Amino acid sequence: MDKATEKYSKEKFQRVHVREELSEELTRPQLSFWKDAWLRLSKNKGAIGGLIVILLIVALALVGPLMNDYKMDEANYDAAYLPPKVPGLGWLGLDGMQTYEVQGTTVDDAVQRGITGYEIEEQYVLNTEVVEEPNESNDNYYKVAMEVDIYAAKGLDDTYYWFGTDNMGRDLWTRIWKGTQISLLIGVLAALIDMVIGVLYGGISGYYGGRTDNIMQRIIEVLSGIPNLVIVILMIMLLDPGLTAIIIALSITGWIGMARIVRGQVMKLKGQEFVLAARTLGANDKRILMKHLIPNVLSVIIINTMFTIPSAIFFESFLSFIGLGLVPPDASLGTLIDTAFDDYRVYPYMLVFPAVIISLLMIGFNILADGMRDALDPKMRR
Amino acid sequence: MDPILDVKNLNVTFDTYGGKVQAVRGVNFSLKKGETLAIVGESGSGKSVTTKALMGLIKKPAGKIPEGEILFDGKDLAKLDNKQMQKIRGKDLSMIFQDPMTSLNPTMKIGKQIMEGLILHQKLSKQQAKERALELLNLVGIPYPEKRMNQYPHQFSGGMRQRVVIAIALACNPKVLIADEPTTALDVTIQAQIIELMKDIQKKMDTSIIFITHDLGVVANVADRVAVMYAGKIVEIGTVDDVFYNPKHPYTWGLLGSLPTVDSNEEKLMAIPGTPPDLIHPPKGDAFAARNEFALAIDFEEEPPMFKVSDTHSAATWLLHENAPDIEPPATVKKRMAGISVEGERQS
Amino acid sequence: MKQEKILEVKDLKQHFDAGKKGVIKAVDGISFDIYRGETFGLVGESGCGKSTTGRTIIRLYNATNGEVIFNGKDVHSAKSKKDLKAFNRQMQMIFQDPYASLNPRMTVKDIIAEGMDIHGLAKNDQEKTARVHELLETVGLNKQHASRYPHEFSGGQRQRIGIARALAVDPEFIIADEPISALDVSIQAQVVNLLKELQQERGLTYLFIAHDLSMVKYISDRIAVMYAGRIVELAESDELYNNPLHSYTKSLLSAIPVPDPEFERNRERVLFDHSSYNPEGSELREVKAGHWVLCTEEEMKQYQV
Repeated sequence: MDKATEKYSKEKFQRVHVREELSEELTRPQLSFWKDAWLRLSKNKGAIGGLIVILLIVALALVGPLMNDYKMDEANYDAAYLPPKVPGLGWLGLDGMQTYEVQGTTVDDAVQRGITGYEIEEQYVLNTEVVEEPNESNDNYYKVAMEVDIYAAKGLDDTYYWFGTDNMGRDLWTRIWKGTQISLLIGVLAALIDMVIGVLYGGISGYYGGRTDNIMQRIIEVLSGIPNLVIVILMIMLLDPGLTAIIIALSITGWIGMARIVRGQVMKLKGQEFVLAARTLGANDKRILMKHLIPNVLSVIIINTMFTIPSAIFFESFLSFIGLGLVPPDASLGTLIDTAFDDYRVYPYMLVFPAVIISLLMIGFNILADGMRDALDPKMRR
Repeated sequence: MDPILDVKNLNVTFDTYGGKVQAVRGVNFSLKKGETLAIVGESGSGKSVTTKALMGLIKKPAGKIPEGEILFDGKDLAKLDNKQMQKIRGKDLSMIFQDPMTSLNPTMKIGKQIMEGLILHQKLSKQQAKERALELLNLVGIPYPEKRMNQYPHQFSGGMRQRVVIAIALACNPKVLIADEPTTALDVTIQAQIIELMKDIQKKMDTSIIFITHDLGVVANVADRVAVMYAGKIVEIGTVDDVFYNPKHPYTWGLLGSLPTVDSNEEKLMAIPGTPPDLIHPPKGDAFAARNEFALAIDFEEEPPMFKVSDTHSAATWLLHENAPDIEPPATVKKRMAGISVEGERQS
Repeated sequence: MKQEKILEVKDLKQHFDAGKKGVIKAVDGISFDIYRGETFGLVGESGCGKSTTGRTIIRLYNATNGEVIFNGKDVHSAKSKKDLKAFNRQMQMIFQDPYASLNPRMTVKDIIAEGMDIHGLAKNDQEKTARVHELLETVGLNKQHASRYPHEFSGGQRQRIGIARALAVDPEFIIADEPISALDVSIQAQVVNLLKELQQERGLTYLFIAHDLSMVKYISDRIAVMYAGRIVELAESDELYNNPLHSYTKSLLSAIPVPDPEFERNRERVLFDHSSYNPEGSELREVKAGHWVLCTEEEMKQYQV
């Protein structure tokens, strides 16, 4: 009883003067849009993972070719078709061992055929293993896996090709990272060109509206009606094959998506009350575009560009793969895969490395772009 | 009489990237058969979240009900999973949303949308469902129901659409109808029609209604009882006459005082200063204290409990404690409390 | 006492081309005057053309027909940049949606100072900052708020920032386009009180557009009721409220919910038959001194009885 009265003593029921300013105070810490977006992004584990993968690949693409003395177009026919060999990483399979699959009526016959066929001395054959016993389907031949120390066999004991060599004996480590450089360059340049053209085209079309918009949209419709591949092939036939040709070919229709998105956004924004407010204050077109429209479309532009980069890289690889891309000795991830594809059953390492890198790039960019969309999406904030 | 719905110490939280929002912080109320309970409050007061909790529409995993019971028909709705809830939702409990544009499927004919629930919950045949749908459209006052059945939502005006929404909500004779700002998106004349319709239907079907709104005028019209919510809590609850003619909580005073009366042209409106608190970090003590011109020292230290004013009326403010000083409500509110005559003059 | 007219709207029409559906007559020939220092309320339901009227007056749209004479000059015929800029300073607007009316990528300071930047009202950044702080104080916010972004504020605070932006160029006339309809009740009162205070301090003239008749009645000196692109009734606010003549005004008034249970129990609604409305041959006629109704000659005689 005493406690209760003490707790609710009369003093506690004094009136307090409330300061009005106090109730207007903002309790949350101050955050600009970009800081806030970064905070959001940094909490997204996938996106950060993607970002790290991309940064690693970019760093290796820049530094990789400088890490050994081979040049990307330095052919050495004595060292052709060497598997990857890295000092100290033999346990990872990067031990310079080449496994050939040979056939013969007996195990010995198979090995002998292999030795003559691949021109190796017998002492370098380290291991043989029967893969398949004779049976109906293989015409009663033995199938034998023959492990060969191919570096020693070619007298290159102290040489190390980290990712192996290709059919002309060029160092794949150097070529792959150079190729990654080129692929990234194509992706980024194509995306940037798409962005510039798309933003300008879409911005003008959306902002001025009416007749201007009508005409500009019809042009886009016609352009997007022509199959992409047809335009690209025509462009590449018209121009000399090479980097410029590919970038131009990629950009010639690539900006359409960006233009459409920007137009839609601008049309939506220009009727918003903050734009009307600027107009009643007497702001001119330039001010409205620069201060009000573009900053608000920026996040969409960035997200879209982030998605364009991997698709441009992929499209270039696809073109190279079907033989419309860079001309050797220039390399991109696509041309490397194309070359490797011819012998991938015997020399799978030639295919594995560029394929893994391009896959990592695609996944990395897509996850990062996805994370950025979540982080920048204006719908999620109030 | 036993209440049809009993909500006890309901808490709802949402995890956001800024922190945990305590949207509803211990709400108690009950609903009797055939009555209309209005829940009033500003945006962010937790009134919509409360009804979403009743309907089992709190989105997991961000939203949680860490504490509390929602007793309906001998079951605790707060503990049911989504599947069990689906059986109850639309059948025993139905909801009308604010925006009739978005609560109808634009690609489906009106008739089909009404029949859907009937076939699903009441296992009616197609023919029966169709007859019932016609009946419902008649009930909500849609002319030419046979023709209207085969039309799409875009062919209806805003008010007509809300009538369709109400017809869908009523399809399975729900025991409780929850209306979340059903008239806010409508013009005043249409609003008046919809409210009249809802009252009319309630009389015919004896449904209990929970009516969420921020418009005190609408409350005065529809409600039997009123709950005033602020910062996730009910601060005052009572019959409509209790709350309008004998308000006890300073927040209710503020709400009533911030509306102009017919002859208040020259006076300043009694605005409540500041903005509602951030429910990620709810303030210590009474959440309204910082905006309350009648704040007491204890308001900043301890949350006030519900003080009983009468059998039907209670309010959570320390002003009702025996040690509290006598504080008169502000003049404008007093005038409103005696309001009948003030408003009455207008019509004469 | 004859007051000075600040704004005269004469037979204003605003038609939008809606393609195959023909022409939408959003505003179809309205005329009214606004006197210096008064608050003129414009009410009506959604789609009646009240917002379009406001936007046409401030030149966000080019009028299809009619004149808007502001301070003795026809604003729709003004073409020179100088005239337009001067007009933009004298007439300002407060918008409806506190979430859409502030650019989310600009700080509060940049938002409020936009008018000063456009018209070169501040000599240097220091002066600009001082003025922004002063304006923030005027609308009841803190100096510290200047560096924040709009999304950190509540609806009522945002609306006050919008008011500060309009005030930054020292206008004489402000069009408030449903400035409180998106706000909570208690916050509405804050904004309305602020608008009233500002009017007294600065001698502002308001065109207050809204659908909430009770608030319009409170803030306005005179009210015009719009229906289907035309003004159906115009009178001093007490007169309109106590003695509505046009059947549409009557139905509108009878539909307003009043926060008084006893009154609500006894309310009787007046119904308005939308299909019977035919303004053909009707025009706005002065039935009593200062009380105008859209009617025909005969109807006018009935009203006057």
